[in-house]
Amino acid sequence: MSDRRGEFWQGVRLSVPVVVASAPFAILFGALAVDNGFSVAEATLMSASIYGGASQLVGIELFGQHVAPWLVVLSIFAVNFRHVLYSAAVGKRIDHWPFLKQAIGYFFLVDPQYAEAERKGENGEEVTFAWYMGMALPIYVFWVAESALGALFGRLIPNPHAIGLDFLLPIYFLGLVMSFRKRPRWLPIVVASAVASMIAYKTVGSPWHVSIGALAGVLFAAAMPIRPEEPVTSDETAEVVS
Amino acid sequence: MSTTLWIIIAGAVATYLTRIGGHLVISRFERIHPRVEAGLNAVPAAVLTTLVAPAAMSAGPAELAALGVAAVVSLRSGLMTMFLAGAAVLIALRHFIG
Repeated sequence: MSDRRGEFWQGVRLSVPVVVASAPFAILFGALAVDNGFSVAEATLMSASIYGGASQLVGIELFGQHVAPWLVVLSIFAVNFRHVLYSAAVGKRIDHWPFLKQAIGYFFLVDPQYAEAERKGENGEEVTFAWYMGMALPIYVFWVAESALGALFGRLIPNPHAIGLDFLLPIYFLGLVMSFRKRPRWLPIVVASAVASMIAYKTVGSPWHVSIGALAGVLFAAAMPIRPEEPVTSDETAEVVS
Repeated sequence: MSTTLWIIIAGAVATYLTRIGGHLVISRFERIHPRVEAGLNAVPAAVLTTLVAPAAMSAGPAELAALGVAAVVSLRSGLMTMFLAGAAVLIALRHFIG
């Protein structure tokens, strides 16, 4: 029992830097969600149910542009698609848990959670449910609470333009793009997506530039000559919930 | 049910499927085709780029300067530092050049 408690607190300790680093983004998400037409309750629900910073910010950005609902959902799915790879990798480490605990565990599988679970597993240590939830719960609780706080605060901002609120998301998304730069063929993929999305934006129009640009980059990557396999690595986004 | 609520719930289900799906589906295959894997690997950068490029295309000097500074800073430091640097440049330049 005390062993399990020790594991739990070991996990809590690992959550601290993630809680600190993700706080500004949770608050930013709440403020922007309200700015884009969400209620405080909706913004909070989105953080509590999706629990993926980058995809939530993509979602409200597209929602604000009045993109068709199914395309907003598809974009959220696309941004979170990397979790499929985390899930496949982490599955080996936690498949001794009872089914319900696994089902709960996968809900909390954000980038830093994956990174720490992999590191623990690679060190030959057992990834226990107590340790896993010790890390996951503080990150989750703070993420949801700070989103609500940001949403409440967002309604009090008199002039969003003056503090750059409308252009903070492109800067943040650029940061995420840069965080993937260690992946194979990152630069040509980014160039292909950028060019295709800009052309589509001018010709077909928004919101199709998102799907068309993304497809261009993905097809380009799939069409290139195959290189030797590289293991799944969590990207530098591991420092925030994304 | 409102559209917003529908988007949130569908988005949450889609996200949960990505988190449990890799274990349920991908790990059942002996190996993924390398081309599929290369395509999957490209998804996040490809999607996120489409949210930056058109915004940059229609941006003014303050916004472009902010993106430029943020990109350079990101080569050396983490996401948080680059974000704050970009935001600071944006707010300062908007203040001075309007």
